[in-house]
Amino acid sequence: MRVTCTVNGTPRTADDVWEGESLLYVLRERLGLPGSKNACEQGECGSCTVYLDGTAVCACLVAAGQATGRDVRTVEGLAPEGELDPVQRAFLQTGAVQCGFCTPGLIVSVHDLLARVPHPSDPEIREALAGNLCRCTGYEKIMDAVRLAASEAGTR
Amino acid sequence: MDFLTPPTWADALAIRAERPDAVPIAGGTDVMVELNFHRRRPGVLLDLTRIGDLTTWAMDGELLRIGAGVSYTRIIEELGDRLPGLAMASRTVGSPQIRNRGTVGGNLGSASPAGDAHPPLLAAGAQVELASVRGTRLVPIDEFFTGPKRSVLAPDELIAAVWVRPADGPEQFSKIGTRNAMVIAVSSFALALHPGRREVGTGIGSAAPTPRRAAEAELYAAGQLPWDTLAGLEPDVARRFGELVAAAASPIDDVRGTAAYRRHALAVLAQRTLTWAWRDLCG
Repeated sequence: MRVTCTVNGTPRTADDVWEGESLLYVLRERLGLPGSKNACEQGECGSCTVYLDGTAVCACLVAAGQATGRDVRTVEGLAPEGELDPVQRAFLQTGAVQCGFCTPGLIVSVHDLLARVPHPSDPEIREALAGNLCRCTGYEKIMDAVRLAASEAGTR
Repeated sequence: MDFLTPPTWADALAIRAERPDAVPIAGGTDVMVELNFHRRRPGVLLDLTRIGDLTTWAMDGELLRIGAGVSYTRIIEELGDRLPGLAMASRTVGSPQIRNRGTVGGNLGSASPAGDAHPPLLAAGAQVELASVRGTRLVPIDEFFTGPKRSVLAPDELIAAVWVRPADGPEQFSKIGTRNAMVIAVSSFALALHPGRREVGTGIGSAAPTPRRAAEAELYAAGQLPWDTLAGLEPDVARRFGELVAAAASPIDDVRGTAAYRRHALAVLAQRTLTWAWRDLCG
């Protein structure tokens, strides 16, 4: 089947989509957007977190057809080409990236958190990131990144 | 496989009647896992996310009618004051991403013994609205579940909504698991106090083939709680209540925990929630 949706502000069409396919597969394998990562395929790890009509979701749990006509925003679309979103900058500055696999999902989740709660407490940060697994960092540098991004977002 | 996107509820019911091989999908948090892991190949995926009616809730007389497609996030944000027990349970579901997509209707449809919404709906005496081209029926939630992942839902029916009376007293929910997030309950328990009619509602999760009430414990607490004086809860009453709740369960050993642990945990959860709720009531 054909799936047409807006991805990062641009109308995109994917053809020959299998009816049981996930939005994640469409993004990565059909639309050339490999930023969202494919790991658990069951909503446990958060590596595929994207915005669907402005709501943070696991792309692996969205059926491709459910995205038809919807607005999808991936990690690739958080900042204009060649620029970084403050959240991405904060992850770099604090060294919140090791192997990097979980990073795109975490970036989108943090982006979503700060849009809803500009100055989150530590428990709020932990709660918001409970669905994003990182097996390298131990999360402390990620916490630092969120605090930095929150302070930068407050002053920009 | 067909992917069908009915624009209206009537269209969805017509497809469901014509295609018994259709699998309804809303938030996808259960169905997509089965598809991703090649556990299921339905003839039809019946996408319910375009049906606006399903994602609304409203008061109808004295009852709340919550559309089957209302997400956990919205229950927490929009109904937390009226259904505190269901909101507490909703907060323990998965992660923000899962709560943004998962729905109470989907939880009922999956009918897992561990479904987090079930215990508070049992404690609150909710009813499930089932619809088909044949008509609509209301099923009391303690008659809805028939076995692990099985319910009275007929092959041509869809879950339309949940009907529940807003809380008329304190409600509590507690859940045991290995983490505070992203966890399937090892066991869970919900409690509702109805001081106006001096009744107690209960719901046991993940400790029997289906979610179920603890009827004897409900009667015991209703008879023993000092409704007139609102005196402090006697430790013996809380302990006996816990024992009766544990006795109402029929847990199994599985990967998440042993039957003995589940029973013990339930007794503790029951005592704690009764203590909290009674304290809430007495101020």
